[in-house]
Amino acid sequence: MALDRWIALIFVGMCCAYGYAAFFTMDQLLPPFMQRNPVWPSTFPKVLAVAGIIVGLVVVLGLEKQSDEKEPSATDINYRRLQDYNTGQAIGLLVLMVAYALALRPVGFIAATTLFLIVGSFLLGERKFHVMIPVSAVATFIVWYLVQEVLGIFLRPWPFFLA
Amino acid sequence: MLEGLMIGLQTAINPFNLGMVIFGCIIGTFIGMLPGLGPMSIIAIMIPVAITLGDPTAALILLAGVYYGAIFGGSTSSILLNAPGVAGTVATSFDGYPMARKGQAGKALTIAAISSFMGGTIGAILLMIFAPMLSSVALLFHSAEYFALMVVGLSAIAAFAGTGQVGKAVMMTILGLMMATVGEGALAAMPRFTAGILDLQSGFSFITLAMAMFALPEALFLVMNPMRSAQGSGDDQSGKIDNLRINRTEARAIAPVIGRQSVQGFFIGVLPGAGATIASFLGYAVERNLATKEEQKEFGKGSVKGLAAPETANNAACTGSFVPLLTLGIPGSGTTAILLGALIALNVTPGPRLMVDEPQVFWAVIISMYIGNLVLLVLNLPLIPYIAKILAIPRNYLIPFILFFTLMGAYIGQNNATELLILVGFGVIATILRFADYPLAPLLIGFILGTMLEDNFSRSMQLYGGLDFILERPMTLGLLVLAALLVMLPTFRAARARNRAKGVADGD
Repeated sequence: MALDRWIALIFVGMCCAYGYAAFFTMDQLLPPFMQRNPVWPSTFPKVLAVAGIIVGLVVVLGLEKQSDEKEPSATDINYRRLQDYNTGQAIGLLVLMVAYALALRPVGFIAATTLFLIVGSFLLGERKFHVMIPVSAVATFIVWYLVQEVLGIFLRPWPFFLA
Repeated sequence: MLEGLMIGLQTAINPFNLGMVIFGCIIGTFIGMLPGLGPMSIIAIMIPVAITLGDPTAALILLAGVYYGAIFGGSTSSILLNAPGVAGTVATSFDGYPMARKGQAGKALTIAAISSFMGGTIGAILLMIFAPMLSSVALLFHSAEYFALMVVGLSAIAAFAGTGQVGKAVMMTILGLMMATVGEGALAAMPRFTAGILDLQSGFSFITLAMAMFALPEALFLVMNPMRSAQGSGDDQSGKIDNLRINRTEARAIAPVIGRQSVQGFFIGVLPGAGATIASFLGYAVERNLATKEEQKEFGKGSVKGLAAPETANNAACTGSFVPLLTLGIPGSGTTAILLGALIALNVTPGPRLMVDEPQVFWAVIISMYIGNLVLLVLNLPLIPYIAKILAIPRNYLIPFILFFTLMGAYIGQNNATELLILVGFGVIATILRFADYPLAPLLIGFILGTMLEDNFSRSMQLYGGLDFILERPMTLGLLVLAALLVMLPTFRAARARNRAKGVADGD
């Protein structure tokens, strides 16, 4: 089965779980005065769950006739040949983003962002440390200054033990 | 009206007010380029500055300049980085970004600047002529009509689906609608589908979702396949932008689009609750359906019409959203709601009496709209080569910066590190969906319109005690029929094309 139909199958499963929550778990929490209303907080989700299951099944079962003249893919990366691309670099950057999210508060904006930019460039193959480090540090400082000092949105600049 | 115009002109061309328009446009453009900071947040940030001016006219002129500037800045990041920071510029990235990748970043920015200018200017002319009477038309729209209008907006998904792919697009729309139901609903302040996670009580953030759907997968694709960034034929590699000009054929192609979308966008903007987002999506959908079969194939791959339509419509809608604000005192969008708050803080009460009691405020704002649009055009056209140079930054530096701005956009909006984890999670899902050729725009449209759709649906159900509102309100029925036609049209066209091809094959 093609990837798009597998995704549709997962979607149908998700709609079933969503529908179960809407049909069987939400209405018990409803206060009695609201139960007289023609519309409940679960009404719209119920409609969505049913519609989602129907549409998902249309895609899973391939009921919609594909045109012979298939439109080209939105992406020119073939997922069946992922080993031909820099998949490792992409995964490395995703891990780096997760690490940045976890480190942002304890490490502070300045250090976390500078490190993120340096390690990101390094992962992509950049080795000119004399360019990477000053560019990352200056850019980080400018962004921090604009966001916190000009726009007034708080970003903790230093690690928690210095704050 | 002539007398009012003279009063407005006199006030608006006062050097101080002129300075405010220019200042507002510059600030709005630059901050609007940062993904994550939309016009609402920029205006909110600028309110204290505006109030310290003391003069309500100057304050409103400044804030209106910031508004237009931010919309334009949002388009720039949509075109260059595929990172729409504002819902109203999501549709701009559908064709703007492919143009930039083809090495036509300068041309795309020029088309965006011209379309925005024309949309804003024609919108201002329409505002001047129709403001008084349109306010009464807007009052005819009730919850039921708004619900139907949202359904029409959602049916625009058909325009994003390839032939024979309407099912996939509808599936994505429903997924977006389902995601919009996460968190506390408007009907009852009870959390839904949060799985007990506290951070999900307020639902998913639009900015996080927009970044995850567009900017993150694109950055990952650039990493995976460096050839993607080298596809451009000229300016993105040399850093020299030399094709700012649009040729006569392109000008001829976009002229009618600009004409139609200025009017359509303006009227959608007038309806409270509709605004720039619906205007841009509907504009894109309508132009795609009106285009010839050959032109339709270009949509989503760098069509000049596909870029001009949402850009014109969102600016015209911004102008249109001032109609209910100035004439009825009803904010037509979140941004105009903030403007209303600013006006009240400045002791100006917008409403039917505004034109009579404070004509200088009313007319000066209209005149400043012309000036603001002109300032944006004059300011941005010469700056385009410099703005587009962002594409000349080496990939090893550009990609970490795109990822960083993506993360910042999500973080600034909520000030919550969990948003960043949500962003990465959705980014991975969006990348897999793109592998399988699922259109992501419908998901975002569903998410944006979901809350409004449910609110209006629930309100109509409560008022009519059920679904009777569909049959009892002819305008609602008409809009719902239109929505059904919009969804069925691509399937019908595909079937007709198949039959025709079959006929040829059979030797008919």
